Amino acid sequence: MGKKYSVPSSLTIMKAFEYAGYTLLRGCGCRAGFCGACSTVYRLGGNHELKVGLACQTKVEDDMYLTQIPFYPYHKVQYDIEKLQSDGDQVVEIFPEITKCLGCNSCSNVCPQDLKVMKYISHAIRGEISKAADESFDCLMCGLCTSKCPANIVHYKVGLLCRRLHGKYIAPKAKHVEERINEIGNGEFEKELDELMNASKEELADRYNNREIEK
Amino acid sequence: MSYTSQLRELIKKVEQTREKRLGNEFPRMTPEEKEDVLSNYHPDHIEEQFRDAKIGPNKGDKFPHELCDVIEAHPSIDWEQFDTSKIDYDVDVLVVGGGGAGASASLLAHEAGADVLLTTKLRFGDANTVMAQGGIQAADKSNDSPATHYLDVIGGGHYSNVPELVRALVSDGPYVIDWLEDLGVMFDKEEDGTMQTRHGGGTSRKRMHSARDYTGAEIMRTLRDEVLCRDINVIEFSPVVELLLDKEGKAAGAVLYNFETQEYQVVKAKTVIITTGGLGRLHTQNFPTSNHYGATADGLVLAYRAGADLAFMNTVQYHPTGASYPEQIEGFLITEKVRGLGATPLNIDGEQFVYHLETRDVEASAIIRECAKGKGIKTPSGMQGVWLDSPMIEKIHGEGTIEKELPAMVRQFARFGVDITKDPILVYPTLHYQNGGILINDRCESSVDNLYVAGEASGGVHGRNRLMGNSLLDILVLGKRAGKNAAEKAKEIDNEKSELTLEHVKNFVNELEEQGIEKTKTSPILIPDYTKREEN
Repeated sequence: MGKKYSVPSSLTIMKAFEYAGYTLLRGCGCRAGFCGACSTVYRLGGNHELKVGLACQTKVEDDMYLTQIPFYPYHKVQYDIEKLQSDGDQVVEIFPEITKCLGCNSCSNVCPQDLKVMKYISHAIRGEISKAADESFDCLMCGLCTSKCPANIVHYKVGLLCRRLHGKYIAPKAKHVEERINEIGNGEFEKELDELMNASKEELADRYNNREIEK
Repeated sequence: MSYTSQLRELIKKVEQTREKRLGNEFPRMTPEEKEDVLSNYHPDHIEEQFRDAKIGPNKGDKFPHELCDVIEAHPSIDWEQFDTSKIDYDVDVLVVGGGGAGASASLLAHEAGADVLLTTKLRFGDANTVMAQGGIQAADKSNDSPATHYLDVIGGGHYSNVPELVRALVSDGPYVIDWLEDLGVMFDKEEDGTMQTRHGGGTSRKRMHSARDYTGAEIMRTLRDEVLCRDINVIEFSPVVELLLDKEGKAAGAVLYNFETQEYQVVKAKTVIITTGGLGRLHTQNFPTSNHYGATADGLVLAYRAGADLAFMNTVQYHPTGASYPEQIEGFLITEKVRGLGATPLNIDGEQFVYHLETRDVEASAIIRECAKGKGIKTPSGMQGVWLDSPMIEKIHGEGTIEKELPAMVRQFARFGVDITKDPILVYPTLHYQNGGILINDRCESSVDNLYVAGEASGGVHGRNRLMGNSLLDILVLGKRAGKNAAEKAKEIDNEKSELTLEHVKNFVNELEEQGIEKTKTSPILIPDYTKREEN
């Protein structure tokens, strides 16, 4: 930005940009800490440390020198989830660079969600897919971890693959979902739905107001 | 910013009544009481906040002023000079919008063999879908049925919903859960695989499936990954600014606008699917909103100019619990899962005044009424609110429940110094959802040929009020149907010789001029203007 602005201290970085007259086109999405689009790098006066945060979730501070970074480039590995295995080698096969992790923990230090990023990468290296899935679950996929990694690991993509492998292959299937699909496929609910679709508003209201509610 | 000393004093009253409230369920409203609070306090019932649409297919229908403003604006491109003959992309199916509906439509269209192009205004996936926290409904447990779900949906929507759409929603629901499970979505499950399910406002069965309180984020990141794993062309930061029709008035493509180079590009397509979401960022009635930045009703504007009918645009959903403190997160969503877990709304005296799981419109109206009575709490920034007693959750389900079930909420408040496991939250209704939209049938067809719509941009399935968890369901049920049907239809279309035109835009401008509407505003607006708002 290269300009000085005085803004109310209660604002987040995102609102401060707007207060100063900027319209955001990039680096902006949900504005509520869920989409990970607004990664921001900043320094505070007199301090050498480079800090990072989400612009929509970080309050402005005195002497904040900042910039928004565009989404960090990554290598998208295409895979067919149907053809993968949920064994120990699968993740390393797709993301071999994870074995080059230096253990510097830079990834964890920059995570705006305070995730133990290095820890879930360690799980992934060891083939502990479910642990990596659980540990990475709250990831917003903002990419800040990747921006710092000396081993060029795309952590958030590794976490995503682990979660998908866990969700698809390791977590037990919900049997009741399968059973219900069979029932629907067999047309078991058609008659009742026909009745409801043809019911008058009064009949519907009567049924609705007297319906049994699970405790 | 943690709570001020004045608010701390008021929190003591909440704490004093907590033990007494535990186990004493507040009565639900009767149908008459609901009708009374809705007609007197729901924002949909404030007549001066609406006006008749002056032009277009719904001329004479009541729309919110803010929607009329964008509908009755001029096109943003110079349609008289625009060259539609230079084609930049020629595809089978064009998907406009990159949220959950757009992603699922793309996947199904691709599976059906279509050449798919997905274009989106922001980054792919940065949409309302990622913000959906609490859950997704589906009637897949043994004590439940699609018919029971149907009754909840149509009662919640005040019997105004389009029946065939409700039927599609409840019948496809379990298939959608199965599809997501198969794509690798990590649902909250018991050890044997049984889905953990909870109540939402207005549900008669516990059918809310969740993935902690990142349900939408978990679904969106999985769908996005799957789209990126396939040969689906995705263009980001390129909103559609006008639809293109063929000589017969059928949808046949669109004009893209590259935000950064400010260049336009022409897409020729056999079928077009609109999945652009809703109007939250129009801030109807000046409400704060829980919506993402791009929710500026673009799809409605485009489709309306092309001649598509809108439905239920005189009703907007205000989520009962938006944050009203601290200031940095005003309007942010406090997921309904918080109430689903047992947190109850309380007034300034620490008294409950409404059952905590009424439907959203009733719950929101009751909160507005309580504040109108002077029983609300004023925040330092001048907003008002009522307490939502989150610590009650730990009393009911045990310590650690909030941390486990609501990690996103805990984190969001902790960033600003509020610990929701120990202190209640201040809430007030926030603009949350566009109940209406572009009218579709159960094949997701709009009234314009070859134009399909899915997700929040579509209208009819929720009637005049949507229940929690039915939006994540509808974007996937209808997204999948739209993708499949649009791809099948595309196979029947030979568009090699067809010409793309902006004739409908010309006609629309003529109508605007006949009504004396001068070119002071253009639409779609694409990006809301907050630089001006801050000055106000």
